[in-house]
Amino acid sequence: MLTIKNLQAKIGDKEILKGINLKVKAGEVHAIMGPNGSGKSTLASVLSGREEYEVTGGEVDFEGKNLLELEPEERAREGIFMAFQYPVEIPGVSTINFMKTALNQIREHRGQPPLDAVSFLQLMKEKMKLVQIDQSLLNRSLNEGFSGGEKKRNEIFQMAMLEPKLSILDETDSGLDIDALRIVANGVNALRSKNNATIVVTHYQRLLDYIVPDFVHVLYKGRIVKSGGKELALELEAKGYDWIKTEAALAE
Amino acid sequence: MSVTSASPLSKDALVALPATATDAWTEQRAKARQALLKNGLPAARSEEYRFTPVLRSLEKKFSPRQLAGYTEGTSLPALDAHLIPGFDAYRLVFINGTFDATRSTDLSGIPGITIQPLFNAKPMLNLADVEADAFTALNTGFGTHGLAIEVAPGTRLAKPLLVWHGQKSDSPAAFHTRLQIKLGAASEATLVEKFDTEGSGDVFHTFVEEIEVGEQAKLQYCKIQNDAGQVTQIANTVIRQADSSRIDTFTFTFDGKLVRNNFQIVIDGENCESHFFGLYLVKGNTLVDNHTVVDHKKPNSFSNEMYKGVMDGQSKGVFNGKIFVRPHAQKTNAFQSNRNILLSDTATVNTKPQLEIWADDVKCSHGCTSGQLDEEAMFYLQSRGISKSAARAMLLYAFAGEVIQPLFDETLKHYIDQLVSQKLH
Repeated sequence: MLTIKNLQAKIGDKEILKGINLKVKAGEVHAIMGPNGSGKSTLASVLSGREEYEVTGGEVDFEGKNLLELEPEERAREGIFMAFQYPVEIPGVSTINFMKTALNQIREHRGQPPLDAVSFLQLMKEKMKLVQIDQSLLNRSLNEGFSGGEKKRNEIFQMAMLEPKLSILDETDSGLDIDALRIVANGVNALRSKNNATIVVTHYQRLLDYIVPDFVHVLYKGRIVKSGGKELALELEAKGYDWIKTEAALAE
Repeated sequence: MSVTSASPLSKDALVALPATATDAWTEQRAKARQALLKNGLPAARSEEYRFTPVLRSLEKKFSPRQLAGYTEGTSLPALDAHLIPGFDAYRLVFINGTFDATRSTDLSGIPGITIQPLFNAKPMLNLADVEADAFTALNTGFGTHGLAIEVAPGTRLAKPLLVWHGQKSDSPAAFHTRLQIKLGAASEATLVEKFDTEGSGDVFHTFVEEIEVGEQAKLQYCKIQNDAGQVTQIANTVIRQADSSRIDTFTFTFDGKLVRNNFQIVIDGENCESHFFGLYLVKGNTLVDNHTVVDHKKPNSFSNEMYKGVMDGQSKGVFNGKIFVRPHAQKTNAFQSNRNILLSDTATVNTKPQLEIWADDVKCSHGCTSGQLDEEAMFYLQSRGISKSAARAMLLYAFAGEVIQPLFDETLKHYIDQLVSQKLH
């Protein structure tokens, strides 16, 4: 589904990604872990098309398309979804209106007719249950005055509505208490299928107790320095990141 | 004659203004003419018109004589195209500066309201100061068409008053219209003013309105300036509020060449509540200038002002918001905000709050911002599959929505909504 080859990116003059290689197949869950400043969020941002980052080398193929050539909205329409670490508050735009516009633009791209009001509401009600989000929240301005947990649940709600092929969860666990974490994780798990894939970007192992990954990759100084199964995450939790740093230093 | 006074509309040149009419307003007109000759029209150095070169806009097109009133090239604008669909109102129509009774609603049978030609009788109100603004002076000296509207105490008008200023000209034209409105104690009225100009000619329009809102009276006011033509419009509005009155005003400016709104609220009563909203959404070479004054003269009143601007192309926005809290006006709450979004590198805005507070037990705040669209919000919307243009329209619509949502009439709100979304796409 997704093939990243030697991806390099910088912001301003600062090189952040220094050659990332990663392959994600349908049905898989990949966790990207690593210490602060290792480039995890940059990777998520580059994949979703954030303009501040300049790609200086490498390739990203998504379902046969050159992802790096696509505008953010085109990536979304092709099936990429990023759950933001810090979802933006947008006064005056309700989540419902926003989702209706987004869903119908994606449907148009897929050659489907727009959803009528009744079907849209039906779909929305169904997906709301998944993340235990209340309609009154969705009537309000997008994320405005939402608690941290509500914002993250709203992200997963949007993900459920748009049914992406590849979801990228950028530090979705940050700022969540254990109950909210469980709700968010349950939502993500319910949406997992053999046809879609998930990249979980996280600093802590905690989230991976709930969203169990097939592969764990450790990002350090802009490169993936170690890959393994879910047990790698447990090892990191027990030993911290220092041994990774030492190993990486020795390899250099 | 020095080089600096070479303008065909310089102070010296204004002696060529015609004599003022001899009628019920003779005294006021003579004073106004004197004020004009003494003060001249605001030149580039004028502090009040610093960012609004109105003289430059007029001097190439008009002689002093024409400035006083000139309608030779005018024709009839399309009325129906400019009406607000489904908006049921008492209609008062001005065509090219002349009140048109045949196109207006006959209000003679409606209880509680009287309407008279303004200049048939001595002024009912004296709120607009000919010394304060040259265009008030010009209007007072040379205006020939206006209405005096009185709403009797306790009357609640069944329908809104819609005052439509339609104008069309393919050559220079100038006219001056005026309203005086008196809302009796505990009366309620809605006033909608709509300005539409057609044609390719330079049109100069001054408009003066003086409104007195009696004790416990309520005024809902909405001005829609959407002049497609080359209009230079200077509007002077003065609203005086008596005890326990309430006003809600909305000023929407969507088009025109140069639009200046001098909007002055005199809170001359206690326990008043006043809300002022404004939206200017312009592009091309339009210049829109809102100069507002909120003058708290008595204690215990509340005012809240929120003006927003969206400017594209080479348009210019100007906002100047004065708040006065006089020494006796204790326990005043006065708030003001002006926020602007610039969509192009060539659009500009000048915004200036001016608070003068002489009382010590008051709550006042002001804030102004100007910037581009929030890129983080744009990215968020795009990352969900929404096109750049749709995302932009959504954000701007939300920005403008804050000053449209409080509008008091659903039909009107729908109309403004549609105008705004047309302008945004």
